[in-house]
Amino acid sequence: MHRIRTSLAALALSLSTVTALAAEVVVYSARNEQLIKPLFDAYTRETGVQVKFITDKEGPLMARLKAEGANTPADLFMTVDAGNLWQAAEEGLLQPVNSKSLQANIPAHLRDPDNQWFGLSVRARTLIYNPNKVKPGELSTYEDLADPKWKGRLCLRTSKKVYNQSLVAMMIKEYGEPKTEQIVRGWVANLATDPLPDDTKAMEAVAAGLCDVTLVNTYYFGRLMEKKPNLPLAIFWPNQNVKAKNAGVHVNISGAGVTKHAKNRQEAIRLLEWLASDKAQNLYADVNLEYPVNPKVKPDPVVAAWGNFKQNLINVAEAGRLQTQAVMLMDRAGYK
Amino acid sequence: MPGPEMNPVPTSIRAPFTGARFISLPASPWLATFPIALITAIPVVVLLGHLLHPDQAIWHHLWQFVLPELLANTAWLVLGVGLGVSLLGVSLAWLTAACDYPGRRFFAWALLLPLALPAYVTAFVWLGLLDFTGPLATWLRETWGIHWLPPIRSRGGVILVMVLALYPYVYLTARAAFQGMGPRLTEAAQSLGVPRWRAFFRVALPMARPGITAGLMLALMETLADFGTVSVFNYNTFTTAIYKAWFSMFSLPAAAQLAAILIFFVFVVAVLENLARSRRSYALSTRSSQMPARIALKSWGAWGAFAWSAAVFGLAFLVPVVQIADWAAGVYQQDFDARYLGFAWRSLLLSGLGALLVAGLALVLAYAQRLRPTPAMQFTARIASLGYALPGTVLAVGIFIPVAWLDNQLIDLFGLERQVLAGTLLIMLLAYCARFLAVGFGPVESGLSRITRSVDEAAQSLGVVGVRRLARIHLPMLRASLLTALALAFVDIMKELPITLMTRPFGWDTLAVRVFEMTSEGEWERAALPAAVIVLVGLLPTYWLIKHTEHAHT
Repeated sequence: MHRIRTSLAALALSLSTVTALAAEVVVYSARNEQLIKPLFDAYTRETGVQVKFITDKEGPLMARLKAEGANTPADLFMTVDAGNLWQAAEEGLLQPVNSKSLQANIPAHLRDPDNQWFGLSVRARTLIYNPNKVKPGELSTYEDLADPKWKGRLCLRTSKKVYNQSLVAMMIKEYGEPKTEQIVRGWVANLATDPLPDDTKAMEAVAAGLCDVTLVNTYYFGRLMEKKPNLPLAIFWPNQNVKAKNAGVHVNISGAGVTKHAKNRQEAIRLLEWLASDKAQNLYADVNLEYPVNPKVKPDPVVAAWGNFKQNLINVAEAGRLQTQAVMLMDRAGYK
Repeated sequence: MPGPEMNPVPTSIRAPFTGARFISLPASPWLATFPIALITAIPVVVLLGHLLHPDQAIWHHLWQFVLPELLANTAWLVLGVGLGVSLLGVSLAWLTAACDYPGRRFFAWALLLPLALPAYVTAFVWLGLLDFTGPLATWLRETWGIHWLPPIRSRGGVILVMVLALYPYVYLTARAAFQGMGPRLTEAAQSLGVPRWRAFFRVALPMARPGITAGLMLALMETLADFGTVSVFNYNTFTTAIYKAWFSMFSLPAAAQLAAILIFFVFVVAVLENLARSRRSYALSTRSSQMPARIALKSWGAWGAFAWSAAVFGLAFLVPVVQIADWAAGVYQQDFDARYLGFAWRSLLLSGLGALLVAGLALVLAYAQRLRPTPAMQFTARIASLGYALPGTVLAVGIFIPVAWLDNQLIDLFGLERQVLAGTLLIMLLAYCARFLAVGFGPVESGLSRITRSVDEAAQSLGVVGVRRLARIHLPMLRASLLTALALAFVDIMKELPITLMTRPFGWDTLAVRVFEMTSEGEWERAALPAAVIVLVGLLPTYWLIKHTEHAHT
């Protein structure tokens, strides 16, 4: 009996030393559990480092980081949309990271100029049309959808979604506020139905013939076509032949930054570097049919089949800086 | 605060049984209720604290472009949902409580089941079925060439779906009120020559008012706090504007400004309602102990009652559940795994403990108010109930900020390694109380209001006072109301999202958290699986509740 107790104590001791030695990194994530858990599991298998994480919406997570202040358990803040990352940096929740590998693996327009946050996957917001009703030649740019020839033929998701707010913010950067407002007013005038609650519903409306064209993130298109391959829907890459220097398809990111008060700073940076590396990029992006941020890594075959496109090269940080302005502009223009 | 000598019911009289004195209620019941009210008051004050630094630029913009629409929208929504849930809730409660018709036993509990469905999931199902791209519209279009359906993405559509999701609150509380009356009252009215159906309007309905109002207030507070359902319909309300100001325009002060208007509005309505009610008495001098003679509905009446119950049950529960089950079956192979055992267990644990705590605190609050219905007491009770009218995420953050502050103080003071409060079960349960105290308080308060004061005095004269009076006299009479409070809190906590997300310990995912993970990426089919499990788990307490309340009165 005594011996059992001693060996149990020894076992407990050795276990506790193991846990004390085992490196750990704590993540607050607004990217959903089913998208990040496979990655964290792979990381733990490869490095032995435990990843503790908790998911929530980005707003509450930021409020949480702020309230916890210097005592926060979080080392890494992970979220979708550059606007949220920009806001986290703005509120002083993140810290700069100087990493050669991050700078090499992530194109400059998809990370913070001050190195406080880094894109990890690319989400392209593009046009989806009904090929039975629209010839690809009729389509050209986002702003062209404001032309009266699209009257009653456009469907849009609600302006409350950050994807549309970022798109409009980037247009403000590109064209200035008055012209952007004109474009958004044009969109609203062309709507076939009130703004829809999500991208999938918008595409279904196009497929059902309620409207002819809509604006969505490509992975929603990929998901819908996987389930219903026969829907009359096709993808179009806008703003490819625009003369302006940085013009191209509007892209956003999901990404992450090391928290200002990270206890395991080195571990957080290592995880971040691993996520942007060749090894993890496919796992990160493919699970949600997104584009890898690392240009050396090829997208999922399903995604690659949609063809190559030129990205808008303006730094996505602008989406955050101009987001409030964009929301106000859409309110003024009556885009609900 | 009045001293003990002003107590209308002198609890401080020495009881003959000395043990009772030892455990008698505090000399001032208000002292017992004050800490309970703090659970809600602190987060509210933390939020309103942001009003000290108002955001003029954003406020000006909201005032000009957002507020006019959302004020109108919110007013219509409250009006429509209020009328709708009253009509459905009261009519069905009367039918199942006082009448007899085919299927009554089944409908008595089945009509509660929509409570187990998260309202935004029901909303998404109905949107899918009735929108332009849905099966009905497609069939009409392709088979009959009919291109027009009443648009579901409209004010009427939102109201309809919310009524279907929220009527059970009124149904449950009104039913408890009708049952508490027994048949004597309407029999008395009949003996005075009032026809049966008019006895309902002249006697039963007015007497059931506290119960009906309690349920109605719950339904309307939930309507005001709702974000998920109105988002599915892209219908702009106070809540959507609060979220927009906070999470899209990054202005917590502007969000707090909007929330303050909302809180003020709810508070005024609650106080007015309380004033109007306190001028009348709803207590019954005797309680019927014999079997209530149900009104046996015949032929047309019986079939009408059956059709009405079946229609509401079908639309509010059966149709959404069939769709959810269909989706869940499609993803079952891919998504269902052993982890679901943990999700379900944690959901049950949190809902069970949370419901007990909510009902317990609600009892203390309502009983203290009965002992001493001073303005201070009623004010305190209203404050404690406010959490239910606040958008969940807003309240969750309001709770988290003071908890994190306290944690930081403790860490500084004692040199602790990490937080000791945040991420604990205790904080989670207290946070649920901040949100759901109203859900427990409403039914218990209306239940107490039906117990006449002469019962208290009789007990008093027999020397039964304090906690013993509560335990021996009031609790048995409150049985149905307490069970109602328990069941409502249980299913509400089961569905609750923002507080669970914000306060759960690492790895403590629940069924509702699973629903969140899927819906936030637009994967509604995959969200159906955890939603279906919520329904299954929610069935148990609903069934149990109705069985027990039936028993309590028959």
